[in-house]
Amino acid sequence: MRSLFRPPVLPDAGVLDDHRPLIRSLERRGFLRGGLSLGALTMLTGCDVSDSTSVGQALRAISAFNDGVQAALFDPNKLAPEYPASAVLKPPRFNAYYPIEEVKPVDGAAWRLELAGLIQDRTPWTREKIAALPQRETIIRHVCVEGWDYIGQWSGVPLRTFLERVGADLRAKYVAFKTADDYPSSIDMATALHPQTLLATTYAGETLPDPFGYPLRLRMSTKLGFKNPKWITAIEVTNTYPGGYWEDKGFNWFSGL
Amino acid sequence: MSTLAVSTMPARSSRLHPIAIRIMHWTNAAAMIVLIGSGWGIYNDSVIIHGLHFPVKIGSWAAESLLWHFAAMWVLTLNGAAYLIYGVATGRLRERLLPIRLRDVVETVRETLRFKLAHEDLTTYNAVQKILYIVVILAGVAQVVSGVAIWKPVQFSGLVSLLGGFQSARLIHFLGMAVIVGFLVVHVALSLLVPRTLWAMLTGGPELPSQRKEA
Repeated sequence: MRSLFRPPVLPDAGVLDDHRPLIRSLERRGFLRGGLSLGALTMLTGCDVSDSTSVGQALRAISAFNDGVQAALFDPNKLAPEYPASAVLKPPRFNAYYPIEEVKPVDGAAWRLELAGLIQDRTPWTREKIAALPQRETIIRHVCVEGWDYIGQWSGVPLRTFLERVGADLRAKYVAFKTADDYPSSIDMATALHPQTLLATTYAGETLPDPFGYPLRLRMSTKLGFKNPKWITAIEVTNTYPGGYWEDKGFNWFSGL
Repeated sequence: MSTLAVSTMPARSSRLHPIAIRIMHWTNAAAMIVLIGSGWGIYNDSVIIHGLHFPVKIGSWAAESLLWHFAAMWVLTLNGAAYLIYGVATGRLRERLLPIRLRDVVETVRETLRFKLAHEDLTTYNAVQKILYIVVILAGVAQVVSGVAIWKPVQFSGLVSLLGGFQSARLIHFLGMAVIVGFLVVHVALSLLVPRTLWAMLTGGPELPSQRKEA
């Protein structure tokens, strides 16, 4: 039977002569070599279940499913246990994607908090204006994804108060943060509105020390430590998934406690 | 009376390990191995016992280990729940693991020390086997409960208090792993010593009398 792939009218054999140099360069060995290198490349990343492999994609899909489960488990009215001031660790434990010596202090006088996205009044905020808002204190457990924990005493403006004040769309899905140390982060709106979610400006009654996020950082009682960005420079309210520094590398996004 | 009942009933071929048990056993084995290996990777980032690091792990770094752990947890929990429901509903758990008499325990230990331990009849477990299986089932349940406490210490803060605090819950989760790994070493070693048991868990094992009645 005649092949379905054979054209009814054969091309002029002359085209072969016209493209002789090009055809000569198409070596089968070359294809094989290329194929092998491609195979070797996948072997190099054999242990790496990044989202490029099918196993990695499956694991990330389950992680996204776990985001949904955690959002369902999250009780917006459930407060995390609070502790006596005597239990507070001073100074708190430092953690970032770089050592404490590499902290670059932020100039509080020049600092402004920029606003973006689904917010009515996007005028930048100064430290003084933020300090004039109603404040709240929480003495809560910090739980790191690595397994360690400590009790910390934080105070500042509840993020809910701030978002209401600037006219943010509270039905939006995400609140995203940009920081001076280039550590983007984002949380769900339900957690942003939780009573113990603060834009913290003090620790243990003192102005935030430089390594812990002066002049402004996020502090939530209901999420793992890495979800709390320090040295915040901008807040955006959005419906587009913003990701985050560690989240983009594979850590679970919701990371609720 | 019972003889009559048996003879009038259609002969049900019932194997030592029905297909459902075999599927759940090997699903559990895979989930356990992934959870232990990925758990070791997570543990290494913040050790509980100073100086103890696990050289073998699943996931090249913490993020991957966590992805594996929080995927396999569903398999372990759902499969474990199915196993317990099946075991209780069919009476298999009670039939195989109970009763445990102190006399039998002493007897089994004595036989073991004299290297006389036999496992000729795969359909009955000796007293020590029964205890080991009960311990590992309870350890599995403890892992799920302590795991939930570590995963959601705010949403389930009452559970965390019950377990003695966050680090205590974490320690329980670690010790539960140690118990399961200890069981695994004995369980695998003995199944290799008596390969018929391993074969039985793959193919179903000997046929049981259609009505097993114990005195």
